Amino acid sequence: MPLSANLAKQATDIRKSILEMVSASGSSHIGAAYSIVDILTVLYFQILNLDPKKSKMPERDRFLLSKGHGGAALYATLAHRGFFPLEVLKTYAQNNSALAGHIVKDSVPGIETTAGSLGHGLSMGVGMALALKAQKSSVRVFVLVGDGECNEGSIWEAALVAAQFKLDNLVLIVDRNREQSMGKSDDIMNLEPFGEKWKSFNWNCLECSGHNFNELADSFNVKQIVRHHPTVIIANTQKGKGVSYMEKDALAWHYKTPKDALLEQARKELDA
Amino acid sequence: MRNTIVNLIHDLAKTDKNIYFLTGDLGYSVIDNFQKEFPERCLNLGIAEQNMIGVAAGLALEGKKVFVYSIVPFVIMRCLEQIRTDVALQNLDVTIIGVGGGFAYATLGPTHHAIEDIAMLRVIPRMKIVSPSDPVSAKVLAEQLLKIPGPTYIRLNKGGEPALYKAPPKMEVGKGFVLKEGNQISILSNGAITQVAVEVANQLEQEGISCEVVDMATIKPLDSDLIIGRLQNRKVVVTLEEHNILGGFGSAVTEVAAEQPRAAILKRFGVNDEYSQVFGSQQFMREQSGLSAEQVYKTIKKLYDRL
Repeated sequence: MPLSANLAKQATDIRKSILEMVSASGSSHIGAAYSIVDILTVLYFQILNLDPKKSKMPERDRFLLSKGHGGAALYATLAHRGFFPLEVLKTYAQNNSALAGHIVKDSVPGIETTAGSLGHGLSMGVGMALALKAQKSSVRVFVLVGDGECNEGSIWEAALVAAQFKLDNLVLIVDRNREQSMGKSDDIMNLEPFGEKWKSFNWNCLECSGHNFNELADSFNVKQIVRHHPTVIIANTQKGKGVSYMEKDALAWHYKTPKDALLEQARKELDA
Repeated sequence: MRNTIVNLIHDLAKTDKNIYFLTGDLGYSVIDNFQKEFPERCLNLGIAEQNMIGVAAGLALEGKKVFVYSIVPFVIMRCLEQIRTDVALQNLDVTIIGVGGGFAYATLGPTHHAIEDIAMLRVIPRMKIVSPSDPVSAKVLAEQLLKIPGPTYIRLNKGGEPALYKAPPKMEVGKGFVLKEGNQISILSNGAITQVAVEVANQLEQEGISCEVVDMATIKPLDSDLIIGRLQNRKVVVTLEEHNILGGFGSAVTEVAAEQPRAAILKRFGVNDEYSQVFGSQQFMREQSGLSAEQVYKTIKKLYDRL
């Protein structure tokens, strides 16, 4: 099977797991999870240096999910990648579970940080990148934020520091789905010209489709690094990607949980 | 106090390569030598405290022992959620060094006063809170704290405080230390205002009233055993702090007292729960809340005479 076909299958399996986790628990953010599945798939199945059986190995690439509400997507990705049994996903947001709706550090192997409050992950990624750079390590630090998350001032504080300290071992991915909690990001807090903002902060700025495996893989490739500059990848995404009615009404599916006929329809679409 | 602590960390950084020191663009002339010797580990992260705490957490996630330095309101209140979410929730090895505890920066005005910080941090699980009374004990405590992992807050006055201890005291983190002995009245104090406690105790002694001063530098975890003992064996137990009367050290002591049978009358001294509209020296600001040695002495004496 060619690599991208394999990635497509993995992404679909991850989406199916998320659907069951969310519908069984009634705890959603499914739209935000679906928006980042393809990004996580490329990272975890192709790009990141990792060993699922040695989740703390020092030479692993670091991945920090800053938009903690995408937690279901990260749990499912880690399970499908072999970090822990798929069975564990059934406990998602159930009583006495390690898997909260927003991720908690070390709750299961592979979760590097606690997230859920927006605007924290990039600063922590900067700290990790500083430490690794001082050790002359070749390890890279990847941080995934939402575009709505870029409303937070702390993102831009961290952006200044990352450039000041020339953190070329740091890669920020922005899940640019153009939706946030209460509406379109352009209407609520317009980020445009978004790429220009990053460039003016002295970042190496790339843009790609967040659902095209080849484009994503190219963007993550080390050859895209510009020496002495941190890199940001603006990944254009569709909230609710993979299920037609979620894509169509992405705002509603930020919080809603699919039930009954809609749950069946989603299962069918993902099986097709 | 700040020079003592910064110099101590600088010294330790010479042998411990994991030590990082971050400042939010404050400490001019205090951290110069440190920065010159270790430019890779003594970092000025600019005037951006939320990010600074997050960066500290990131460094700690990589196994570093991180110290963060700034003035209390900026390094505690501006970034309180980062302290809670990044440092405490993840149980990381980050020590926050806050200068300007209480009214140390009195004349600079209310933005620089720190009378709410202890209350804010006391309710954060895992957080240790230490408020040394003088530079000598600050060093003793800081040396111990370096060996205790997890989130820590060291609340300092600023520079130029008199030494209350002639030699390094055998003080332990988590335990009160009898700075001056006495058996009728106990003043439990922390921070630079402990100097006031000593003056008050000496004045009471001259009146023939035996008064001890206990340096309760560690506010969390609190030395409950010591407090319970004093409540049973003294006539008056006094708490003294340069912090809002609500939610700080005095409140912590009353939480212990409320659940204990006790012989002693308990009296708290702290900053009035209000923002002053007039400003002046540290001494002047203390006087606004009845915290000068003369005022505290008079209040205690009156209370004692009524017994």
